[in-house]
Formats: sequence, C-alpha cells, structure tokens
Amino acid sequence: MLRSTTSNWFGVAPAWLVIGIFGLLPMFIMLAISFMVQDPYGGVEWGFSTEAYVQFLFERDLDDSLILNTIYVNIVARSIGLAAMTTILCLIIGLPVAYFIARQPEDKRNLYMLLITIPFWTNLLIRTYAWILILTRNGVVDARLQWFGFEPGTFDLLYTNTAIFIGLVYSYLPFMVLPLYASLEKMDFRLIEAASDLYASKWQAARHVIIPLARPGIVAGSLLVFIPSIGAFIAPELLGGGKRMMLGSLIYFQFATARNWPFGAAVSILLMAFVMIALLVYARAAKGQGLPAGGH
Amino acid sequence: MKKLLIALAATTAMATAAQAEGELNIYNWVEYTSPEMIAKFEKETGIKVTIDTYDTNETLLAKLKAGGTGYDVVMPSQHFVEIMVKEGLLQDTGVGQMANYKNLDPRWQKPSWDPEAKYCAPWQWGTASVAYRKDLYGKELTSLKEFFEPDEAVKGKVQVFKSPDEVYNMANIYLGKPFCSEDAEDAKAVQALFEGQKPFVVTYNSENQNDNLANGTSIMANNWNGFSMRARMDSKTDIHYAYPKEGVVGWFDSACVPVGAKNAENAKKFLDFIMKPENIALQSNYARYSNAIAGSEAFMDKDLAEADELKVPESVPVKFGQACSPAAQKLIDRVWTKLLQ
Amino acid sequence: MRQPVGHYPGLRLWTALFFFFLYAPMVVLVAYSFNVNKLAMIWGGFSTRWYVKLFTTGGIGEAAMNSLLVAVIATCFAVAIAIAAALVLVREAGFRGAGLSNALISMPLIVPEIVTAVATLMFFVMLKNWIGFDLGLGNIIIAHCVFCIPFAFMPIRARLQDMDLALEQAARDLYADAWKAFRFVTLPLLMPGVVAGAMLAFVISLDDFIITQMISGPGTTTLPVYIYSMIRNGITPEVNAASTILIAVSTALVTVYWYVSRPKKT
Repeated sequence: MLRSTTSNWFGVAPAWLVIGIFGLLPMFIMLAISFMVQDPYGGVEWGFSTEAYVQFLFERDLDDSLILNTIYVNIVARSIGLAAMTTILCLIIGLPVAYFIARQPEDKRNLYMLLITIPFWTNLLIRTYAWILILTRNGVVDARLQWFGFEPGTFDLLYTNTAIFIGLVYSYLPFMVLPLYASLEKMDFRLIEAASDLYASKWQAARHVIIPLARPGIVAGSLLVFIPSIGAFIAPELLGGGKRMMLGSLIYFQFATARNWPFGAAVSILLMAFVMIALLVYARAAKGQGLPAGGH
Repeated sequence: MKKLLIALAATTAMATAAQAEGELNIYNWVEYTSPEMIAKFEKETGIKVTIDTYDTNETLLAKLKAGGTGYDVVMPSQHFVEIMVKEGLLQDTGVGQMANYKNLDPRWQKPSWDPEAKYCAPWQWGTASVAYRKDLYGKELTSLKEFFEPDEAVKGKVQVFKSPDEVYNMANIYLGKPFCSEDAEDAKAVQALFEGQKPFVVTYNSENQNDNLANGTSIMANNWNGFSMRARMDSKTDIHYAYPKEGVVGWFDSACVPVGAKNAENAKKFLDFIMKPENIALQSNYARYSNAIAGSEAFMDKDLAEADELKVPESVPVKFGQACSPAAQKLIDRVWTKLLQ
Repeated sequence: MRQPVGHYPGLRLWTALFFFFLYAPMVVLVAYSFNVNKLAMIWGGFSTRWYVKLFTTGGIGEAAMNSLLVAVIATCFAVAIAIAAALVLVREAGFRGAGLSNALISMPLIVPEIVTAVATLMFFVMLKNWIGFDLGLGNIIIAHCVFCIPFAFMPIRARLQDMDLALEQAARDLYADAWKAFRFVTLPLLMPGVVAGAMLAFVISLDDFIITQMISGPGTTTLPVYIYSMIRNGITPEVNAASTILIAVSTALVTVYWYVSRPKKT
C-alpha cells in the first residue's frame, strides 16, 4: 500500500520506545516478583515460588493440605460484573449525547467537548466527596427536602449500590462520550436521510445506520471504560461503604497493608492475562464478522 | 584589622547562610508539619526546608526500600520504625546523646521501637478508639463490647476503619488476645467477632467518620483522638471520644533519618530542634495532637491542653501496635479479606 | 417546516440532563469552597478563609503548578505518539507487528495502578543506580506519558477507522509531499479525534495519584498527591477552593477560545 514496512515501524517506533521501555520492562519486574518469595516487611526476597498463584485458588489448612478457596474468585467476578454494568450504563447515557453533539454546528462541537472534560479537571477524590454531600443524609438534597417537611434521611443513597454506580458512571462518562463523538462526527447525515426513506421508523434507522457507524467509537469507549473500571475502588469504598472488597482494593491491600507483594503481583498478572485473552477473543470474533477489530 | 575582617566574614556568612547551610527535605503527611515551626527552624539555622507529602506508612516503606528517595527526614509510625530499623533503612543519629533528649517525658524515653534511642526523635502521638454521638446513643460508651457486639439500637450505624491495622488490635484487646498472634485459633476468634459485628456496620471507611458522626449517618465510629477532638469543635455536635475500660490502641510517629540522606547533619539539627518544648508546642498547636516533650504544655493552646480527647485516663491501658511476623500478618490479611469478600 | 434529518425527539433534553448530572457535583464543590467550617462536609457559614489560606501558604499552589506542567507535557508527547501509531495501525492493519503493537499500546490501560507504580519505581531506581538516569519531574512526565498514550490513541483510532482515504490520496497527487498532505488534509480531518484524545490524556494525567506518589522525589509533589496525603488529617475546604480556581481558570480559557474561534457571521 502507501507505505513500506520500514516506515510502518517508523510510525509505531515512538510508542514502542516509550511504552516498551517504561511500561513493558517494569512489567517483567512484576512478573518476576510474582514468582519470588515474600519479604516479611514488604518487597521480595530472592528465590523461586509459585505460592502466590496457588494462594489465588487454594488456602493451606493447618496440616498444609490445599483447600479450594473462592474468596478471590468472588472478588474478581464482582469487579468484572461491576465494570461491565458501568460500561453499559455509560454507553446508554453517552451515545445520545455524542450523537447530539456531533450534529451541532462545527464551532459549537469543540466547546461541548471542553464542557464535558472541565469537571474532570478536579480531583477524583474531591468529585467523590461532592457526591457524598449530594447523596448523604442531611446532605444537599436531603436538607432541601426537609424544607418541605420531609423527615431527615428521606433521601439517603449513601452506602448503597446505586451510589456506587452513580460514582463509577460519573467517573468514566467522558471516556465513553469523547471517542463516540470522534467517530460519529464524521458521519454523513445524508446516509440517515436515505435510511429514513428505506426503513419505516427512525429507530430502525438508528439501529441499522447510526450504531454500525458509531461502532469504532463504541469499541474505543468501551475499552476505556471497562478496563480501568475493573480496578476502580474509590467509588466502591467511599460511596458504596467498602463492605465488599473490589479487585482494585484487593491488589492495593496486598501491596500496602498485607505487605505480600508476590500475591499482589500474581493477582495483577492474572487480571492482565484475563483482559488480554478477552481482547484477543474479541479481535478474532470481530475479524470473522467484519467488525472493527478491538485491536489485538 | 583582624577583628574587622572577622566581622566582615561573619556578615557575609550570615547573608549567604541560606545557601551555605544547605537544605533539608522533609517527607510527611499533609497538614502535619507546622509552617510556623518550620519558619522558626529556617530562621535559627539558615537551612532551607522543602516539604513533600505521602498518604500511608506503607508508601513510605516501599519508597525507602526501593532506595534513593532524596528525603532527609521521614515520619513513620512506631511499628514502621521497627520494620525500617530491621531492614536497615534508618540512620543511627545518636538521638539519645542530643542536647534536648533530656526534655523527653521519661515515659517516652527509649521506647520499645527504639530501645537504645539511636534513631528517631518523637513527633506526635495519639490513640485510636471509638467516637460516638452521646445524644443519639443515649449513654456513655465504656466498653469495647458496645462497639464489637452492639445493641440493636445502633444497627446500621456503626462505622469501622477500612484497614485492619488498628481495629484488629482493638479486637485483640477486647478478646484479651496478644497482638500479632500466630495462633490460628486466635484469628478465628477475631474473625467471629468481626463477622458478628458486620450486620451492624454502615461502612468500613477511615475518611469521613467525622462527617458521618456529625450528620447522624453513624452513631459510633472508629476514630483517632485528635481527629475526634476536631470533630467536636468544628461540628458543635455531641461527639465524644471513648476510652473503653479494656484499653485503646496507640500510635506514635517519630522523625527519623533514612540511610543515604544527603543532608543528614541538617536532619540531626532538626531532630534536636523538635525536642525543645517551645518548638514542638508549635507543632502540636498546628496538628492538634499530643507530643512527648515534658513542659511543652506551657506553650500549647489552652483548648488543646485541656481537651478530654488527648488525656488518657490513668485506668485505661494504651497498647501500641507492633510489626507482626509474616505468619501473623497473613492471618490478619485472611481474616480481613474473608470479612469483605 | 420539516424536521431536520436525523433528528430524534428528546435528544436535547437528554443532553441537558447529562450536563446537569456532570455539573451538579461541581456546583456543590464550589459552594463548599466558601464553607467556614474546617470539616469539609459540614456547612458552617460563608467565608473566603480558604482562598486566603491558599494564597498565603504555598504547598497546594505549587503542587497545582507541578500537576499542570506534567499534564501538559505528557499530553503533548502522548498525542504525537498516538497519532503516529494510529496512522500506521489503522491503515496498514495487515503489517507484521500490528497486533503486537496494538496490544502494547493498550497494556498501560490493563495494569492496575498500584502495580504500575511499584514496578515503575523499581525500574527508575535501577536506572538511577546503573546509569545515573534521574530526571526528577521528568521521571513523572515519562511515567504519565506511558499511561496517557492509550487514552489519546483510542479516540484517534476510532476516528481514523472508516475514514475516506480518497481526499488524502488526491492531496498527495497534488502536493506530492507526504508531510504536506498530512499537515493540510489528514490532520484537519483527524482533529476531532485528536482533540478528544488530548482531553482524555490531560484529564487522566491530572488525576493520577498512586503512580505519581511512588516515583516522586523531593519538590515534585503534585496536586493529587497533596490531596490524598490530606486524608489522614482530614480534607479541608482548601482543596475545594483550589479546585474552584482550577475550574474558573479553565472556564475562562474556554470562553476566550469560544469568542476567538467563532466564525465571523457575514
């Protein structure tokens, strides 16, 4: 095609240079750590051990025999479920918005994009605190209700699952909307006109024209929401009450409080392997169906 | 002529003192270093101080272990001092021989985590226990039983720390078990206690206990004494800090010098400086925690010197957390992960 | 009048609700920056004391400057790298190494932050001990650049997919210069993706705490590191004040941009 293989490599070389050296090499350190022996006070000691991986599925009984242990699998499953739900909610909320913005006059579109990102110039922790103020008993909403004679605590969503989802969706919405917009913006609206003539209803037009056109954006956005939210723990802890551990907290806990670096590393390696395999499977399936490759 | 030269030299020296005396890089929690005290230190010594901040002892340990941090003074808590000494991360500063070491309250001289007074100077200390809304609870909280095995009245109104460090030790105190036990039976007892408490818990959280107490989301909550005092003063609600008869968990932060610190001599000057009553009093007034220097009360704010939260009743034992062995730590880890699975 | 093509009822309302959802916490945050009470979440009355404190004591201001500096530089590098990579990986998807390159670029997304933090810290310490490599704030910028790249890359790639190649081809025939064709044809077409990617990269850099804290050295405290270190002694409305100023400044910049870039009506 247009370029030779050499110039292809030239294009991806900067990415390889930066991520390869400062992202991939450190990960090899992590892989090594996951097979080392735990240092009692954080860090690792030299030596080979698969204990960390064994610990993920089994626990040792007093006589050192292995018993199947589902604690960690539970935590992983819960985190993935939460991330999937967050992704779907972000998509449902974000797609109409991205479509609306893409249809605005050109000079307004960039303004809208900026408006979407400005709230995220503030820190995640501070945004989460603002949500606590809104959701809590005697908070911004509850206090206003009391003016109208409602009992204190009428509106008290803090420490519920709803609060977790509000927090997660809020945190990740721009990561869905912006890629969606980037791929919808190039849409030729004559296509929809043609579709409106072809199909009976607008909703059918949406299904058969808009969504397929938005697909690269849906893939990009879903990746940017789903993967990071697997490891999210600020919202589940602060808004959800932290009664159930998330994968992100589990890994953090292992590196910090529990000072068990090999196990923390092993859980992370397993998580990375899982996500990579999922992406690969998706890419294979996408190739077969002519969908845009999710990228691997 | 000679005199004049000396005078001249002295003036020049003073003018360039800031450069000549060099720098000091302090690594500490935010809002935990009195700017007034630092200004005084800079003025007295001509040393330029830079302060950076971190969030947990664990972060500090990880960074020191990796090496090459560039910090001259760090502020680990007592059990981390123990670990850092064992790992050879702290310098022998000979703090015991410093001029101001004699100012230490005898109770805090040569503590268990630094028995030969070789490493660290005391910074601030306090306790962890339970704060509660007396008006909503309706009575005085006198036993840890009321926190671990609460009445139906406070169901869904109990707040517990989000990490096991201190609350696990509180459970040990209540059950009469030793800290850092390697016995699985002890861990099982603690586990059962936590599991029984869980239905009463509104949240495992170490951040907004003050707000939750003030607006009634929780009626009793794990808290630190200085934090609880601030909640009482700022929220104007009936928040009390309990000193249960079984005892409370103590924490003690010290100023230490990591191995490889570039400005070790300046760091030692700082350690000596903070053992003077009038200096550490500035620090206590700012951070609002107790210090370990006798005679500093005279320089402290009145409300602070008189606060109930900072006065541990004679009858209540204070037990300081220790660095646990890997086996013991693993038990704690398992109990906690199981609780929140 | 006929409804415009592709119009759906309720879209405007939906978008309005979306922005309400986005800005409701901002309003609360700004309001509580004027809270006299030191307890960030208990309203005690109106006061500007936190703004005064912000301007009279350093710390937080310096940290904010560090954050902005890191975010701007890391974003620029990440976007440039992402554009170069996306051009190749979308258009020459068949080339050997494309799959591997795609995987490499999304890797920073997948690694939990604490793991990146610890691994990068150990790596930087090794570099320092072996070859004396230590750039101070530069270390933080490099680390940020790594995890910003996928966030810049994804929207740009989405934009490029299915993009019409005819225009660029025509331009290349005209100019016969690959750079000019890119500069005057491809890049403008790519712009919405670039802007989206840049904004995401910027936001993600501005928010990072765990990684930054691990690799930061003396004098390189950033705003998130500062804010998280406050947790132990209680977060005060001072942080709200700092956030409010940041929002105010960015809103002002946006407004100026809006007026300047507005096409003149004839």
